[in-house]
Amino acid sequence: MSPTRRDFLKTTAAAAAAVAAYPGLVTDPAAQTLAAPEADAAALALAQEALDAARSAGASYADVRIGRYRSQQIATRERQIAGVGDSESYGLGVRTLVDGRWGFAATSRMDRSAVQRAALEAIAMSKAAQAVGSRRVELAPVEPATGAWITPVRIDPLEVPIEDKVALLFAANEAALKVKGVQFVNSSLALLREVKTLLTSEGTSVTQTMIRVGPSFSATAVGTGDFQSYSEELAPRGEGWEYITSLDMPGNAERWASLAVEKLTAKSVEAGDYDLILDPTNLWLTIHESIGHATELDRAIGEEANYAGTSFLAPPERMLGQFRYGPDFMSIQADRTQPGSLARVAWDDEGVPADRWLIVDNGVFIDYQTTREQVARIQALTGVTRSHGCSFAESWDAVQFQRMPNISLLPGEEDLSLDDIVADTTRGIVIRNRGSWSIDHQRYNFQFSGQQFQEVRNGRIVGPLRDVAYQANTPEFWSSMDLIGGASSYWLGGTFSDGKGEPSQASSVSHGCVPARFRSVRILNTGRTA
Amino acid sequence: MSRRQPGQTAAGAPATGGLLLTREEARALADRVLAMSSADETRVTVSSGRSGNTRFADGNISTSGSSEDTLVTVVATIGRRQASASTNVLDDSSLRRTVETAQRLARLSPEDPELMPELGPQTYDEVPAFVARTADLDPEARALAVGRAVEAAAAGGREAGAIFTAGFLNAGAQAVAVATSNGLFAYHRTTAASFTMTARTPDGTGSGWAGTGARDWSAVDSAALGRIAAQKAAASRNPGAIEPGRYTAVLEPAAVSDLVPLLAGALDARSADEGRSPFSKPGGGTRIGERVVDPRVTLYSDPADPALLGQPFDGEGLPIRRTVWIEDGVLRNLFYTRFWAQKQGTEPTGFPRLGGLALAGGTRSLDELIAGCERGILVTHFFYIRSLDPRTVLNTGLTRDGTFLIEDGRVTRSLKNFRWNESPLLMLDRLEDIGRSEPTAPGLLMPPLRISGFDFSSLSDAV
Repeated sequence: MSPTRRDFLKTTAAAAAAVAAYPGLVTDPAAQTLAAPEADAAALALAQEALDAARSAGASYADVRIGRYRSQQIATRERQIAGVGDSESYGLGVRTLVDGRWGFAATSRMDRSAVQRAALEAIAMSKAAQAVGSRRVELAPVEPATGAWITPVRIDPLEVPIEDKVALLFAANEAALKVKGVQFVNSSLALLREVKTLLTSEGTSVTQTMIRVGPSFSATAVGTGDFQSYSEELAPRGEGWEYITSLDMPGNAERWASLAVEKLTAKSVEAGDYDLILDPTNLWLTIHESIGHATELDRAIGEEANYAGTSFLAPPERMLGQFRYGPDFMSIQADRTQPGSLARVAWDDEGVPADRWLIVDNGVFIDYQTTREQVARIQALTGVTRSHGCSFAESWDAVQFQRMPNISLLPGEEDLSLDDIVADTTRGIVIRNRGSWSIDHQRYNFQFSGQQFQEVRNGRIVGPLRDVAYQANTPEFWSSMDLIGGASSYWLGGTFSDGKGEPSQASSVSHGCVPARFRSVRILNTGRTA
Repeated sequence: MSRRQPGQTAAGAPATGGLLLTREEARALADRVLAMSSADETRVTVSSGRSGNTRFADGNISTSGSSEDTLVTVVATIGRRQASASTNVLDDSSLRRTVETAQRLARLSPEDPELMPELGPQTYDEVPAFVARTADLDPEARALAVGRAVEAAAAGGREAGAIFTAGFLNAGAQAVAVATSNGLFAYHRTTAASFTMTARTPDGTGSGWAGTGARDWSAVDSAALGRIAAQKAAASRNPGAIEPGRYTAVLEPAAVSDLVPLLAGALDARSADEGRSPFSKPGGGTRIGERVVDPRVTLYSDPADPALLGQPFDGEGLPIRRTVWIEDGVLRNLFYTRFWAQKQGTEPTGFPRLGGLALAGGTRSLDELIAGCERGILVTHFFYIRSLDPRTVLNTGLTRDGTFLIEDGRVTRSLKNFRWNESPLLMLDRLEDIGRSEPTAPGLLMPPLRISGFDFSSLSDAV
């Protein structure tokens, strides 16, 4: 049975209250010292020019995005720089709808004639598309929006002197190299600032500044005829430089590096079925792959069939309100408002205000991720008449389409920690951080690894393991979840490089979760094979 | 997950004007930037491109797009310090700011003990990789090609009912130039077109795929690909399950093309010398000169090979010429950067993929490879491949869009998809047969292979 609209609103409000209560989610939730910049007047005039050209040439709807992307990357190895780079990309993309068909064209030439040509090129594509098929795009309504927004940060990472950044990474590397057996260390920072202006033919005019930071650290220990690496899971975030310093990479690097050495002599796992205890540093990616991608509506209706794949959660009429993902205590929330998260915005790339809603409520699948053109596909089933605001394009030169919001596992009612779960487990394995990951094109069969593995016997961690991967089927895996942590153990992971679409586009997304136990999961040994 | 093809750019469309820089325009822009620099040494890379694409799903064109862009990257060296900055804003003040940013970052960066001086003038092979009809493919021509594929799929899969089709056509052109303050100038332009298509049966139990890529759009027959995808979809309906395990595998060229290029990263000489590569010799050194795979295997890069048409220089302007990585099963070369080559007293090579990558084939067809198989599994292509163990190049992934049982030399029924755990290196040592090589993407030439003991480790319910 489908949930009613009233139930939906009720549960969303309850979940919102729960989220607000999480401690330690961001470095400083109150941080907000930078003002949100308004759109540049000259750029705005060019956007208007493109919009007018599209309308005059017959577009029933058009939108124009101007993006200015700044990024800085610093990579080091041991005691030297592996690369320092700074890049800037600026341009305009125009999307048109003619007789229900999309067209899109983009240019980095920011002058009147170039943006007018881009508008006409988009119109030509809209018209050429009439030659194949007969489906017409219909957009769900949205109130026109105006305004400006910026990621709340205290310190803009691009304004921090490069010396400070290099010094921080070198201090971490130096600490790691103190560990006997550690021969190689890599550390890096990726720092981004995106300023994006959206104008639509319906009257929306918004400018947003998104700031994101992504640190990384890994160490490699070389033994006799063998080597092992350990990468710390330093989550990228939609935060400022203050997040990077809060990680204390120099203070933690020695401990991280020693875990690479530990793996050289760790016991190679015996393949078989074990109870699996996944730390949030590992579980976030499993959520991303087996729930995040499975609940994308474009996949469910086949639009990604040629690339990322489809979804086992199809067709919508047989799944919504009917498919049981997991136990009653499992609730999954989609959220583009979550502080510190990578997919946080004020408006999506169609001008839809950021939304928060439940995907899985008490174990039951109740909603997909949507853009404006997707709403009509499931409106009769969900009662939801607005877009959930999941439209996103990686750059000015790419067309916007449905991308994943932050999707998170809500904490359990009882405030359990990972240690509490270990204490309750007779024979199991704890897995931390992201290792290798792979999942099929309908999101059933997956195989994930990690960076640190620990054997659990009779309620205690008894020693390190290596060569561990877990392999499972999505519905069986989530049904086997029998214990989860509480709000104090909530942690927000994420990635800068979720890929989807053709041409492939990257998007940034976060996933929050608590530690969880899964009963009797198949463990493989991925060690050396002949 | 990202599969942007080499030579493809995120840039440009024909009708929005020719942003693709000529040799003279690229040189003029590079010289303008070099003149702004006061660094000890400067390198400028100018990359201009345009491309157009058409995407379709459920028999309708869903999105199309085009873009054009020119990116200037400046690498400044001051003493032994180096950094880079890039911009696509080409007015004087933006270019000057970019040059200054690179110099400022360089001054602030620590000394790099591995820094190599910028190269002076070089000579390059002329590689004719630009085809005007690929660069000029417009939205109408793309829509026509998509329409032909959708129609051919409907006909080719008729026995299975109303076939669902989804796919992607991309065509573009790119010009890359590298110039240094020591007088080097390199210029290369290339085109790439690709068409891939997935067909699914209305009962949801069958899926097929076909695709190809070429420098020349006229080599891409979208109708033929649509028909093959639909026929595979129809044939793959109602797949059966067999017990996971090690089976003989017949890999189509597209499947080989998913696996063998993974060896490119493993061919890094430094990792081998440092003891963290499958090509490290126990006790130190590399395995160059040792037999590492079956003697029928020869793997090479050669930008001038008409079947590859790769880039004849790398990002530093270093000429890339024919390099044989594995010859008759013996490891002959590893990938050396300029620094590592100097340290080891040898010549630098380009990264294996830049100059194209070819696995030299035999003479037999895919059908002949199937005919020679008593019992095995035919694989159309693979999906979601991830590294498990760099020591053996062990990877995991899944089969997709057409997996079939072979019995007594014939395809007898469709199978559920498998997850597999396999190494392209170890696999090439279990070679039973090798077929004729064919282009699978621009710059890739791969044959079908028959491999014994391929590790199909678990079943997947995904169709």
